[in-house]
Amino acid sequence: MTVADPERIAEVCAAAKSTCGFDLLLDLSTVDNYGDDPRWTVVYELYSLSDSVHLRLKTHVSEERSELPSVSSVWRAADWHEREAYDMMGVRFRGHPDLRRILMWEGYPYFPLRKDFPLAGKPTDLPEVAFTRPAPLEGGPFVTAAGGRDSALREPRARTPET
Amino acid sequence: MAVQELSIQDPGARTAAVSPEELEDLQGEKMVVNMGPSHPATHGVLRLVIELDGETITRADPDIGYLHRGDEKIAEAMTWNQFIPYTDRLDYLAPLANNVAYALAVEKLMGIDGKLPPRCQYIRVICCELARISAHLLGIGAFAMDVGAMTVFLHTFTEREKIYNLAEALTGARFTTSYTRIGGVTRDTPPGWIASVREFCDGVSAQIDETEKLLTRNRVWVDRTQHVGVISKAQAIEFGLTGPNLRGSGCDYDVRKAHPYLCYGDLEFDIPIGSVGDCYDRYLVRMEEMRQSVRLLRQCLDRIPGGPDNASKEPVQVPDGKVSLPPKSAVLTKMEELIHQFMLVTEGPNAPAGEVYFGAENPKGELGFYIHSRGGGTPHRLKIRSPSFCNLSILPVLLPGCLMSDVVSILGSLDFVMGECDR
Repeated sequence: MTVADPERIAEVCAAAKSTCGFDLLLDLSTVDNYGDDPRWTVVYELYSLSDSVHLRLKTHVSEERSELPSVSSVWRAADWHEREAYDMMGVRFRGHPDLRRILMWEGYPYFPLRKDFPLAGKPTDLPEVAFTRPAPLEGGPFVTAAGGRDSALREPRARTPET
Repeated sequence: MAVQELSIQDPGARTAAVSPEELEDLQGEKMVVNMGPSHPATHGVLRLVIELDGETITRADPDIGYLHRGDEKIAEAMTWNQFIPYTDRLDYLAPLANNVAYALAVEKLMGIDGKLPPRCQYIRVICCELARISAHLLGIGAFAMDVGAMTVFLHTFTEREKIYNLAEALTGARFTTSYTRIGGVTRDTPPGWIASVREFCDGVSAQIDETEKLLTRNRVWVDRTQHVGVISKAQAIEFGLTGPNLRGSGCDYDVRKAHPYLCYGDLEFDIPIGSVGDCYDRYLVRMEEMRQSVRLLRQCLDRIPGGPDNASKEPVQVPDGKVSLPPKSAVLTKMEELIHQFMLVTEGPNAPAGEVYFGAENPKGELGFYIHSRGGGTPHRLKIRSPSFCNLSILPVLLPGCLMSDVVSILGSLDFVMGECDR
């Protein structure tokens, strides 16, 4: 089920919990629709323990806004899920009590799950932690291309989108 | 406080006299203790920043991410089958169960989850239950060792060794099994394997009873776990706990019963639940779950289609060339199979565009995969809902008010794995 207005997601979630009995927030994920508008899709996977029913709520957030209300007041479980979504995708949750990075370290400058972030990583001020050597399988699972002078050119270890 | 005159001549070695005023100041001062990331009780690399008032915890802030490898990012650059080895490393105490959960999620996306051959379903259930016993044996063993009962750990590890031997015979690897493929499993059970599982079932039942004797009515164990780290049912649901931690708090949610996958619908088993929600209840739930797993294993061994040695040649993969690899002999002699093999290896099984969420009951809780596919051989987005991540999120409200020494019991009873929490 898609919620058209991301600003009202918290109300919809609160209603789903109180009137429809969706008491368990199983998962909260974000999808990067890179190149399309709106860029972010936020997905809430709800479950009702009394009726044994799943419900998936989705809402779209534009890249300019990159912000939507937090549902951590509806389910406490959303606290860490929203921190992870912010950490990995850079979508902010308004009204979250403590929106810090959770998996990456505090002060990390990028959002690694975005599609424009290369698999190999980008340099940071902690070069030993986040290396920037080519990652195996970068650019897709099969990076072999026709042509090229020798096998090293035809089958590089990785192929970044630019090359 | 009287200062005793010591006979040591060195003035630096004497204790300084403390005036009562200074002592009052000290009492109000809170101390911040760093526990982890490398601490035997944090079972991996969990770091806890704990604020103490004397022995009592006033604030706890878990710091995770030390084992973050970016599995979700890596998955976006891989075909469906290539990601299976990465699932071994999620909950690395139950790799077989992770393999099954992931394969089922992709099969649900492709719409072939209902077409799995019956023998494959039974083999997968046997794998899941072996993994559950293995994970709970480790969970209880490590939990008991953390609160001082060393013997239990040695007992449970003896049994786990047998499970590793079974996994090795079945998959070729003891630890990183990578046993499932999209549409089935890599190979059928080896000759005599079913009989060895049956033998293991008898042995482990006796061992569970032995462990029960060592712990359940042990005074020290009961004192360290009962009424410690109590999670109410409402709290457990609010924080999205699943698995034995949710059931220990009295909620009977088990994916195997609520939404039976594979052949769980045909098998008989009970779901144990706790009444108090303390560390002791979570321990009891795990003990009973192991017994139920043995019960499930015995039913599977009796009913497995094709019998122990697959006399009737039941398939273990979906008989569809576009999903599972054809036999090697056919690849070398037939055109169609050669094409299928080439397509599967170079592009991967072709999944339709769409999105799917599948959760499986893993030893730690509900391991879910949310897959957003734009069609083709790779996922556009793969979100892993890891039970350990959700189970740990309760720590900031569970720990305050407990004693410092209870942290070890609580962490042991939550039974988390950082490989899965950090992904």
